[in-house]
Amino acid sequence: MSAITVTVNGIEHRLEVEPRVLLVDMIRTRLGLTGTHIGCDTSNCGACTVLLEGEPVKSCTMLAVQADGRRLTTVEGLARGSELHPVQVGFHEEHGLQCGFCTPGMMLVAAALLERNPNPTPEQIRWAISGNLCRCTGYVNIVKAIQHAARLRADAAQPVAAGGAS
Amino acid sequence: MSVEVRPLGGIGESVKRKEDARFLRGKGNYLDDLTLPGMLHMAILRSPHAHARIRAIDTSMAQAAPGVVAVVTGELLAQHKLAWMPTLSGDTQAVLATDKVRFQGQEVACVVAETRYQAEDALQLIDVDYEVLPAITSPQQAMAEGAPLIRDDKQGQQDNHIYHWEAGDREATDRAFASAAKVVRLTTHYPRSHPAPLETCGIVADVNPATGKATLYMTSQAPHAIRTVFSLVAGLPEHQIRIIAPDIGGGFGNKVPVYPGYVVATAASLLLGRPVKWVEDRTENLISTGFARDFHMTGELALDHDNRMIGLRVSLLSDNGAFYADAQPSKFRAGLFHIVTGSYDIPAAHVTADGYYTNKAPGGVAYRCSFRVTEASFLIERLVTNAALELGIDQTELRLRNFIRPEQFPYRSATGWVYDSGDYQRAMRLAMEKLGYEDLRREQAERRARGELMGIGVASFTEVVGAGHGAEFDIMGLRMFDSAELRVHPTGKAVLKLGVKTQGQGHETTFAQIVAQELGIPAADVEVQHGDTDNTPYGLGTYASRSTPTAGAATAVVSRKLRDKARKLAAHLLEAAEEDLEWERGRFFVRGSPERAKTIQEVAFAAYTNLPEGMEPGLEGVTYYDPPNMTFPFGTYMVVADVDRGTGQVKVRRVVAVDDCGVRINPMIVEGQIQGGLCEGWGIAFTEQITFDPDGNCIGSNFTDYLLPTAWETPEFETYATVTPSPHHPLGAKGVGESATVGSPAAYVNAVIDALWPLGVTNIDMPVTPDKVWAALRARGVGE
Ligand code: FES
Ligand code: FES
Repeated sequence: MSAITVTVNGIEHRLEVEPRVLLVDMIRTRLGLTGTHIGCDTSNCGACTVLLEGEPVKSCTMLAVQADGRRLTTVEGLARGSELHPVQVGFHEEHGLQCGFCTPGMMLVAAALLERNPNPTPEQIRWAISGNLCRCTGYVNIVKAIQHAARLRADAAQPVAAGGAS
Repeated sequence: MSVEVRPLGGIGESVKRKEDARFLRGKGNYLDDLTLPGMLHMAILRSPHAHARIRAIDTSMAQAAPGVVAVVTGELLAQHKLAWMPTLSGDTQAVLATDKVRFQGQEVACVVAETRYQAEDALQLIDVDYEVLPAITSPQQAMAEGAPLIRDDKQGQQDNHIYHWEAGDREATDRAFASAAKVVRLTTHYPRSHPAPLETCGIVADVNPATGKATLYMTSQAPHAIRTVFSLVAGLPEHQIRIIAPDIGGGFGNKVPVYPGYVVATAASLLLGRPVKWVEDRTENLISTGFARDFHMTGELALDHDNRMIGLRVSLLSDNGAFYADAQPSKFRAGLFHIVTGSYDIPAAHVTADGYYTNKAPGGVAYRCSFRVTEASFLIERLVTNAALELGIDQTELRLRNFIRPEQFPYRSATGWVYDSGDYQRAMRLAMEKLGYEDLRREQAERRARGELMGIGVASFTEVVGAGHGAEFDIMGLRMFDSAELRVHPTGKAVLKLGVKTQGQGHETTFAQIVAQELGIPAADVEVQHGDTDNTPYGLGTYASRSTPTAGAATAVVSRKLRDKARKLAAHLLEAAEEDLEWERGRFFVRGSPERAKTIQEVAFAAYTNLPEGMEPGLEGVTYYDPPNMTFPFGTYMVVADVDRGTGQVKVRRVVAVDDCGVRINPMIVEGQIQGGLCEGWGIAFTEQITFDPDGNCIGSNFTDYLLPTAWETPEFETYATVTPSPHHPLGAKGVGESATVGSPAAYVNAVIDALWPLGVTNIDMPVTPDKVWAALRARGVGE
């Protein structure tokens, strides 16, 4: 057993884990955060994607012990209370999900992309999500959803003109 | 008094999905998310060989491994008469192998342990002594003289043949061919593919030792039918079985059958008195659960001097794997393949089909398809394109000349279907216009002159979906109706319970919209429940695009029943005669004085508080709907593709899809289904295939080898609609979940063949991979 400390969605957890335990299993079974899914366990599908220090990683291909001392974000950490992240709003508005199984991974990749590149082209979006498979929706609506999120972020960043409505 | 105006969310509105709320927050409730107190975990030992006799199994080391609670073998199951189970096609399938293994990945033994890690560890300690036998990996090998007998377990089975089946009129077809001016022939293999939903299959079996009640959480597209099958297989009384299908991460047919893991987990829970979870990993999913297609098809199309189609002859060889486990209506051995005359008025047709056992996984599920309609549609659309190319006339012209005309509906096909409605010309003309067909043909001629390879593919599919009616269509004898139960609460909010079960199609929104339309209760106020057999009326489940045709109709009918009662109540409240009341969505008013009105919410309250003398309280009802006929969605898809002369790489430049699925209840969701299907269709055409080496080793056992389409290589899809209502469906709707996977593969392949035809390339079997195209180009001296 190894003792590790991980900060997940802003909350610090101290855990004893077997060294062989996959990060995805720790997140799902030890922390009970079941929004992170398993679709393949061979690094192909991206359903298990989480953010490690803000960067997308496939948690089926990392050991829990490798996350020791680091900061993780899962889908449960996207919204601020009842306020959805722009990416979540985008997926809802543009019908970017059907069964929802790929959606957490897709959204986390999208959120990380928009942090780096607030105004990505469709091609840049497609490249960013090319490690995430969706079997139901196809990718056209997912690309639209991420563009929608980019617009929402841009609108929110607009400083409100002094004196109110212009 | 101010009246709050709330959006109704009725038919035709692109209401945003209700179910998104939980999925967006990571609060979905998928099978693997479930943990019960005291729950054990199961893992399955699978055969490494495609065909081998089991000499002995030694489980002693595994039994003693840390955390192991039980090791289950076929021998143990046989003591409880559970070593074999029936399939959906009336065959038998081994739950755990006792005598032989018959495909690679077959279930041999199970370990139940405190954790999945421990169960997997213990699998390594089971020692199986196999005597390896020669493997059969194609129906051609299976039928060869002296081929090893795969199913020696079956009394009287002398060879590997499973069934022979025919449809249509052989003599009439022969006569048509005898008089033909031109016969076009195509032999092609529709490869074995896999639905591969992103969530694999699984179960949490929880048999309560005190009551004996089995609560089975299961990734099931058809929970009620599965309950009945379980009752019959396990001999448990049906009221003691409760199937709960939670949120499902995609199904596409893969989650229709009963798999051995379900049976063993249930038996283990029963014997151990603790809940048992089993969830497949991806490899288990791809190598052992329901595959799709694997049809070897030869089609011949006869045409007269005017290029009219006069006859169609098809012969099929079906590779069914080691157990005949196709999920399909029991009367039809090759599913609904006899829709193969497609969108064309072909007076004579005949189909013969033969199924064979091979040493491959069983399944034969319809991957986003209504029981083999995909194979049929692919064959006819490939044949028609080849016919046009051989005759030197335009692909669209040959189709327009031979389409069933609008005035011919209802149309009886040569193989016995009665098509409900269609306007194939209109859909094709819209596709041509949106694509800019004529301009692209000119561009193609210019490019050809420069030696470039550009093709335009066309497919004008017709599907047959929405089974029943129940007299013709049944699953293991269960008539294929479906159901809806609607309860309106005193405050005017409602719960709708369905016999079908979503896997992502958006039932919780679409079906609420039907209630909104028919009963005037806003869709936001209607909660849709499904998937729990103790809590929903009996139904056959969601597959074959049948939810809207069957349960959608049931929802409309039950809503109308309640509206009839509501009218009586309104008349009572308004002290008016029923005949004097007018209905407009959400309220009744007295004809001529619209201010004398009662809303459906007021009426609902009265149903519990203020009833006319003698009326039964409450406002609820249930309807079982057995449709009078199938529905026949159709459309035209057009694909523009460029082929690289040097590498054989196919780049799909444009896809225009015109779909006609009748009335669209939620256009956004309908479009979403088509988008998803076009993407999967791209995968089938270009990348997806489960292959086997000569020893029967499955090549395609993970997502590194079984290639699903990604965002990077798939194109944009341009979608358009025409609307030709179904005359027999209460809402005029037809079902759409599978149109694009059915229709698009032929369009993609036709584009490639159209590009390569001048070089003499008449066919490339799917998946059309760069190496196949490259080889075809090289063989004709093309390269750079
Ligand atoms: S589960 Fe991690 S990539 Fe598929
Ligand atoms: S929505 Fe089902 S896999 Fe993406």
